[in-house]
Amino acid sequence: MDGSQPLADLRQVWRMRAFEERVRELRLAGDAVGSIHLGIGQEGVAVGASCLIGPDDAVFATYRGHSWAIACGVEPEKLFAEILGRATGINGGRGGSAHLTAPGYRFFGENSIVGAGAPIACGAALAGRHDGTDRVALTVFGDGAMNQGAVHEAMNFAAAFSLPVVFLCENNSWSELTAIDEMVGEPQLWRRAAGYGMPGERIDGNDPEQVRDRLGDAFEVAREGGGPTLVEAMTQRLVGHYIGDADQYRRPGERERDAENEPVALLTRRLRDAGVPDDEIAGTERAAREEMDAASAVALAAPPADPATAKEHLYA
Amino acid sequence: MPDTSVAARPEARELTYGEAVNAALRRCLDERPDTLLYGEDIAKPGGVFGVTRGLRRDFGDRVFDTPISESAILGSAVGAAMLGRRPIVEIMWVDFSLVAFDQVVNQLANVRYVSRGELTAPVTIRTQQGSAPGACAQHSQSLEALFLHVPGLRVCMPWTAQDAYDLLVAAVASDDPVLVIENRTLYPAGKGPVALGGPVQTPGGLRVRREGSDATVVTWGAMTARVLAAAAGLADEGISLEVLETVWLNPFPTDEIVASATRTGALAVVHEANVTGGFGAEVVARVAGRGVPLRVPPLRLGLPDTRVPAAPSLVAGLLPGPDAVAGSVRDWLRT
Repeated sequence: MDGSQPLADLRQVWRMRAFEERVRELRLAGDAVGSIHLGIGQEGVAVGASCLIGPDDAVFATYRGHSWAIACGVEPEKLFAEILGRATGINGGRGGSAHLTAPGYRFFGENSIVGAGAPIACGAALAGRHDGTDRVALTVFGDGAMNQGAVHEAMNFAAAFSLPVVFLCENNSWSELTAIDEMVGEPQLWRRAAGYGMPGERIDGNDPEQVRDRLGDAFEVAREGGGPTLVEAMTQRLVGHYIGDADQYRRPGERERDAENEPVALLTRRLRDAGVPDDEIAGTERAAREEMDAASAVALAAPPADPATAKEHLYA
Repeated sequence: MPDTSVAARPEARELTYGEAVNAALRRCLDERPDTLLYGEDIAKPGGVFGVTRGLRRDFGDRVFDTPISESAILGSAVGAAMLGRRPIVEIMWVDFSLVAFDQVVNQLANVRYVSRGELTAPVTIRTQQGSAPGACAQHSQSLEALFLHVPGLRVCMPWTAQDAYDLLVAAVASDDPVLVIENRTLYPAGKGPVALGGPVQTPGGLRVRREGSDATVVTWGAMTARVLAAAAGLADEGISLEVLETVWLNPFPTDEIVASATRTGALAVVHEANVTGGFGAEVVARVAGRGVPLRVPPLRLGLPDTRVPAAPSLVAGLLPGPDAVAGSVRDWLRT
């Protein structure tokens, strides 16, 4: 296998991971404040999906959505600035870590309410039906959101009207601090799709190649008028639910298994198998850390959001 | 359903309140290709109150029925609006909006603010509320105060057929999300001339329904009729009430209310919602906060703080009718 694609994938995984690790440092140092949810370990899903998102598409993520903003092409500097509450943030400090919104990049935002983005994505798809675009709306949520009423309503709504929505469940096996398999009668979440009359499947979310391929099929079906699909991408979060989560609920053997499966490990193995030299592999991490150090330094130097503007943009 | 299409120039038609709503929707769908109209039973059946009859036939797939899924209705309206549509959605009973309050409070009201205006959410939510004979406790609440507590959301409550038309047209034209709270007891009522096709109004303003000098009475929605009946009776006794119907509750015409209360020296607020936490408290606080000298303490009238029963005789014991309003106002002004 040619190593160029996995190398590009690893580069992107590292950009997301280096971004979030830098965010964690900034939070622990007190430069960033508040509740911050990292998706370290889950990057393979967003990396695989990024090339599928077309110019008229719309992406709706969750509060664990930094990587999705990067996947949509938002400059890390603007994301750091937003998380740091700076005037130069992508939302001028109104969104913060958990409500990043960048419509100019097709990123219609994170959402801090579990499952709330799914019905909104249906609306984006509905708009496409009337505005002459071939828009696909991608709504990304965790396994916990599968137990939200809004997600159920959205799946039925999209299926009933054959809307071009791709429902992407990033199953990291933890609904916040609680195991998903203890909170459902059927842990194979993708099987719910049949009940809505739409296709569904479970894929390896750690493998960008597989995500690109299988999620790509869902995009194609949606774009060609075939309606919604539910894709359950299996992944793992290597860190706590939020920065500060003691993360003591893991099951025996889980961390070891996760370390083996996570996308950096998976892609590194693949690159070695393809004969890519170790220093080239290591270079992806080095470049990403340099980029994120520089971007965060620029963000840190920016002024805080101006309190005089805090009431602006409430009404037209 | 009579012909509710808009003629080339403004003209008056004899319409009920419900027909006026239909005319407003027809005009918006006709003039604004970016509008969508949807909700439970509103398209092929024409709405449970018949208000949207004929619109599916005339506007095709821009008008459609939905599953009984308030979160999907309101959430999809948020998303469609973010992507450039102008959705008009119906929540059949205001009580049902609570199923999907997240989509209104956490989602809809935040779109413009968080994105600094890069995104807007020009969603119009039509609903109806209020007490009617035999309606159960989950179909008779007046919940405007819940929505008025939400910055970013406009709220209006038409009482006349003309306002049912004008306010809805203004709501759809507004680039802000607007909740239009109608009243189902009024849908078949008030047949009278409604001017169609006039200039699109801007949200805001009030209606001086009666001028007077002894007290200012602020009211809205179906309660306006009861207050006006009470005011007519009290006028015969020599008590002169100024009745202000605040059709727009956000934006609220605080200056006009303050001016009237300053003139009359007495302020009452009458609403169908229960008293505690009702918007009447806010009206009183705003007038008090301006330091308006009142010769009697302000009066708040509404449903007592109780649940709403189904039996008409029980409701009659709770909701102030014209006589009860008149009695309360008479006693109040005599203190």
